[in-house]
Amino acid sequence: MSSSNTLDQPLSIIEPHGGLGVALIATLRRDLTLMLRRRSEVMNPLAFFALVITLFPLGLSPDPELLATVAPGLLWVAALLATLLSLDSLFRADFEDGSLEQLLLAPQPLAAMVLAKVVVHWLLTGLPLALMAPVLGLMLGLPAGSHLILMLALALGSASLSLVGAIGAALTVGLARGGVLLSLLVLPLYIPVLIFGAGAVQAALLGSGVAAHLAILGALLALAVMLAPWAIAAALRISVNG
Amino acid sequence: MWAFIHKLGSPKWFYGISARLMPWFWIAAAALLLVGSVWGLLFTPADYQQGNSFRIIYVHVPAAFLAQSIFVSMAIAGLVFMVWKIKVADMAAAVMAPLGAAMTFIALFSGGVWGIPTWGTWWMWDARLTSMLILLFLYIGVIALRGAFASRDSGSRAASVLAMVGVINIPIIKYSVDWWYTLHQPASFTITGRVSMPMEMWAPLLLMVLGFYSFFIALTLMRTRSEILRRESGKRWVQALAEETP
Amino acid sequence: MSFRLQGCQLRCERDGRELFRDLDFDVEGGQILRIEGPNGSGKTTLLKILSGQLHDFDGELRWCDQPLARVRDHYLTNLLYLGHAPGVKAALTPLENLAWYQALAGDAGSEATRLTVLERVGLMGFEDVPAGQLSAGQQRRVALARLELTPRALWVLDEPFTAIDKQGVEALEQRLLAHARRGGSVILTTHHDLTPLGELRRIRLGEGGRHVIQ
Repeated sequence: MSSSNTLDQPLSIIEPHGGLGVALIATLRRDLTLMLRRRSEVMNPLAFFALVITLFPLGLSPDPELLATVAPGLLWVAALLATLLSLDSLFRADFEDGSLEQLLLAPQPLAAMVLAKVVVHWLLTGLPLALMAPVLGLMLGLPAGSHLILMLALALGSASLSLVGAIGAALTVGLARGGVLLSLLVLPLYIPVLIFGAGAVQAALLGSGVAAHLAILGALLALAVMLAPWAIAAALRISVNG
Repeated sequence: MWAFIHKLGSPKWFYGISARLMPWFWIAAAALLLVGSVWGLLFTPADYQQGNSFRIIYVHVPAAFLAQSIFVSMAIAGLVFMVWKIKVADMAAAVMAPLGAAMTFIALFSGGVWGIPTWGTWWMWDARLTSMLILLFLYIGVIALRGAFASRDSGSRAASVLAMVGVINIPIIKYSVDWWYTLHQPASFTITGRVSMPMEMWAPLLLMVLGFYSFFIALTLMRTRSEILRRESGKRWVQALAEETP
Repeated sequence: MSFRLQGCQLRCERDGRELFRDLDFDVEGGQILRIEGPNGSGKTTLLKILSGQLHDFDGELRWCDQPLARVRDHYLTNLLYLGHAPGVKAALTPLENLAWYQALAGDAGSEATRLTVLERVGLMGFEDVPAGQLSAGQQRRVALARLELTPRALWVLDEPFTAIDKQGVEALEQRLLAHARRGGSVILTTHHDLTPLGELRRIRLGEGGRHVIQ
């Protein structure tokens, strides 16, 4: 190892100098790069979503009228399960290669750092699911007028799903077989989002106002943004030191 | 103040004080449950609509109350454990979870039995029963998470976090399920609110609720004590205790 | 400005088993502290406590004569911790890995610095290869490159000699010595026999909470 000038100078203590913005942007970029290099992880939930929706007409009946009435619920349940499917890997790779430990040791607020990770998860899971939903809605005979609401409700709701789900993912990341347990922990907490999300689409179908539903979905999201990062941070600290 | 909290948190101290408190709660539970059930089942007039089947309320409502209260107590115990590192709080939370799950199950089962004469079916997606069912899943989640960790300490912490997350979500879930089931009956019994039942019906119910609470406290104390002995079995005071009682 | 990490009356109990108690030590600039002990004696746990990750202990940690909990950010800014896992992302190149670590500390850093550092640990020519295609030893070197990347006063290293070749071991020993000579300090665990390293002090963790300080 060659020694240079910097190596021989006496060390000095450094004062903390913030830089949260730099750290957040770097984490967003890093996670996006990672996901885009493993494209199958982005595609799998989408394929799962389409597949589950394909199962329903086969299991129920191809009757367009029946399908149209149950479509809001089916689309929401399928999207919820697709999100759930992608959650297990949210922190697992970082946990296994030790970079999660390093994230916890960064002189930055952990809640903000995990929020960056969750944002990437939503961008590459929740948002694509929302954009894809109208196509599947079309296949289920959902009237075109409600497609925009479906997309909007899914985009809003799936952000809450990512946040709440990340708590479960953080709690189970240290466990070898956390997958099933993760669904058990997270699904009950998804119920409010499911109710108001599917309710928004139903209201759009009936032609009644959807603003209230979307407002409640927004309120749920605001609550999740405020509280979930702290719970995720606490859960990660527990899992990493388990 | 701090000294007091930490004294309260010492397993040895808790073991001693709980031995003195426990009998009173057992006595209160036995008396309240006996008087409440005899009064409610034998002396209260039958409901003019539901007949005698309404008497299931004397089990269903206390169990449902307790199911929710236990979750809240469990979350509070979790918070105390996380913030002040008081181990007794975690032991209490650990023994409360199965108790709460059992109460939730009793509430669900009695609700189902009640459903036969009322709705003509075991199960209706009624708002209160649905919320209870979700609560049962939350309990199962907490119990499963605690058990999933190889390290007991990590399991305790994880379960505490989940209980706190759950307790924030319970009102949200309840509100959304109520909204979803807009045609649900209004809750017919609140201690503080307007009393919609005649006095001779709700007085025994109040006794039953208090009896269930006393029973829960007594049982929690008892099970926490055995949990203390199990976890502290290596400590000197426990071994001394074991030598005293052959 | 010199620094000091102090532990006062540390006691740790995990799952009802006492790992150590009444542990007092202090580490100042220029010192190397080695933590020894058989498997399961709590070496890694102690390092996790010292690196501020694990709060489940009694006693007090002080950094520059202030309680660690109060100056946590200051402490973390000057701490470099390498755990069992190298913390290297397989899908990212060494350059990208290092860039993230620089950014975590709040510095954008420059690519030139990162390249110099990679050259120093012998990874020149591999800087744009995904780390997953490198050998275990090379991945370890990516992690060790962080020692050079940002000047941190205190290094806490858990088994740093794992998976690197003999030459690398020597280089790393020299690196630790140079760090101590510059006024930095190192706390490490290792099964490797260290060639006498400057002012080396030891804490030996044993069974049932007993420990020896040399």
